[in-house]
Amino acid sequence: MAISESHQRFLQILMSHGIMEASAVRKLHKHCCEVHKVHYMHDKLDDFVDVINKHLQPLFMQIRKGTDENDGRRYYSLVNIAENEVTKMAMDYAENELELFRKAMDLIIDSDNGFASSTNILNLADQLQSKKMKKKEVEQLLQNFVQDKWLIERDGEYSLHTRCLMEMEHYIQSTYQDMVKTCNICHNVAIQGQVCDNCGIKIHLTCVEKYFKGHEEPRCPQCAEGWSQEIPRLSQTDSPVPSTSQKETRAGQRKAISVAASTRSRRS
Amino acid sequence: MTQRRRGRPSLSQNTSRLQGGDMDMEEDVSFTQTLTQAQRNLEKHSPEQISLKVGELVQYLLIRDQKKLPIKRADIVKNVVKEYKDIYAELLLRAKKALLEVFGFQLEEIDTKAHIYILINTLERGEGDDLKVNDNTAKLGLLTVILSLIFMKGNTAKEVAIWETLRRLRVDPGERHEDFGDVKKLVTDEFVKQKYLEYNKVPHTDPPEYEFRWGPRAIKETSKLKILEFVSKIQQKDPKSWVTQYRDAQEIPRSQAPRASTSARS
Ligand SMILES: [Zn+2]
Ligand SMILES: [Zn+2]
Repeated sequence: MAISESHQRFLQILMSHGIMEASAVRKLHKHCCEVHKVHYMHDKLDDFVDVINKHLQPLFMQIRKGTDENDGRRYYSLVNIAENEVTKMAMDYAENELELFRKAMDLIIDSDNGFASSTNILNLADQLQSKKMKKKEVEQLLQNFVQDKWLIERDGEYSLHTRCLMEMEHYIQSTYQDMVKTCNICHNVAIQGQVCDNCGIKIHLTCVEKYFKGHEEPRCPQCAEGWSQEIPRLSQTDSPVPSTSQKETRAGQRKAISVAASTRSRRS
Repeated sequence: MTQRRRGRPSLSQNTSRLQGGDMDMEEDVSFTQTLTQAQRNLEKHSPEQISLKVGELVQYLLIRDQKKLPIKRADIVKNVVKEYKDIYAELLLRAKKALLEVFGFQLEEIDTKAHIYILINTLERGEGDDLKVNDNTAKLGLLTVILSLIFMKGNTAKEVAIWETLRRLRVDPGERHEDFGDVKKLVTDEFVKQKYLEYNKVPHTDPPEYEFRWGPRAIKETSKLKILEFVSKIQQKDPKSWVTQYRDAQEIPRSQAPRASTSARS
């Protein structure tokens, strides 16, 4: 099927957002069909995206679906699938800023839970080889990384934004190889998650929640030792919330709210 | 992710820039090569390598355009094309085709001497396109007002006149604005760099006075007729009631013709 103006509009708007949540993408699909008076079929979003992807393939680009490691929501983003040097990030940041980002990424991936503290990242400032930075500059830079959706911030700790994971999946896997763990449940890359104290396997928070649901004494799916971490209860706006959600812990709610805030769009 | 320098001055960079400048002149030879030469050059690279380069070029142009900044040929060559310089024309042609067919963007060379490109959206802006409310939307609103003022004043508007009108709209160029930040900088620097506006000194004025005109991006992205329609909507008047402007707007823009120097008035 040939690409039409409705596809082009969809692609342009998705691109200007960088990353979009699935529900917003569904609205966008409807909007683009209506603007160009194309018959809109709400259940044909995948086919609609496939048409675009067929045309993007020769250009080594793709609209990809990804899942937020934290809240399990689905996201769409236009990503580069070639191993070339053009990345959105490389064009927006100076060499020493990129070096700092790579070093912060090392910390994040090396950590158990997928977070690096701002203190540890600030300490990288004078380890840079390209050009040293002041702590103040690093603080500002971290804010920019969050605004540009490369990092997320939670209680003074930083992790990789879903967009970053989608865009740099290839880079992350080839750079860190065995260091990057895959989730024992869904077998996707797991940066943020919980680690078994005994055998060291990692599970996404959302997968922990689903897997251990209703278990009185949760046990590691790998080594069967007791799971010592607190089981998170994340509210999901996308799926119908079960009635038990009333009993949700305050902490769980707070967490979900701060995550939603951190994945929200750029500069207000 | 790779290391790439942004345009920040450093000693080593300055020398490479100088070489870049020299190279640019030699380059013109390879940009205007004969067909057979071009074919011979194409054969030096595998089809896979070429399509990879085209993809890279398309992405580069798209990313650069997100900031609405004009793209220089010298930067394209330095950052993307590199050792494929001998087939630059072919790469650009294919990238241009893909941008138009897949993304709905027209690649336009707005300065044929300095080789500066911009992307023009071929799709009309639809209502509700701005699912994302960002500062750009507000800025474009301000820009439309300024373009209207310039057009209604006969395609040139004195700086003081623009500021006066904006002040009446409660946008003070001397104060920080909630949506626009530094208004004066936005209008005289950002919009100018993005090629929406031209901002020049009025000849023989002392102290110097400045005036605004439409920049090449504005000419490509909008039209006098659209701006006139915008004004008539706001003022709730028939566009034909502005006789001169209406006639001016009806003229077919000589969009491809080399633009006359800014001092020549029609
Ligand atoms: Zn998982
Ligand atoms: Zn275990």
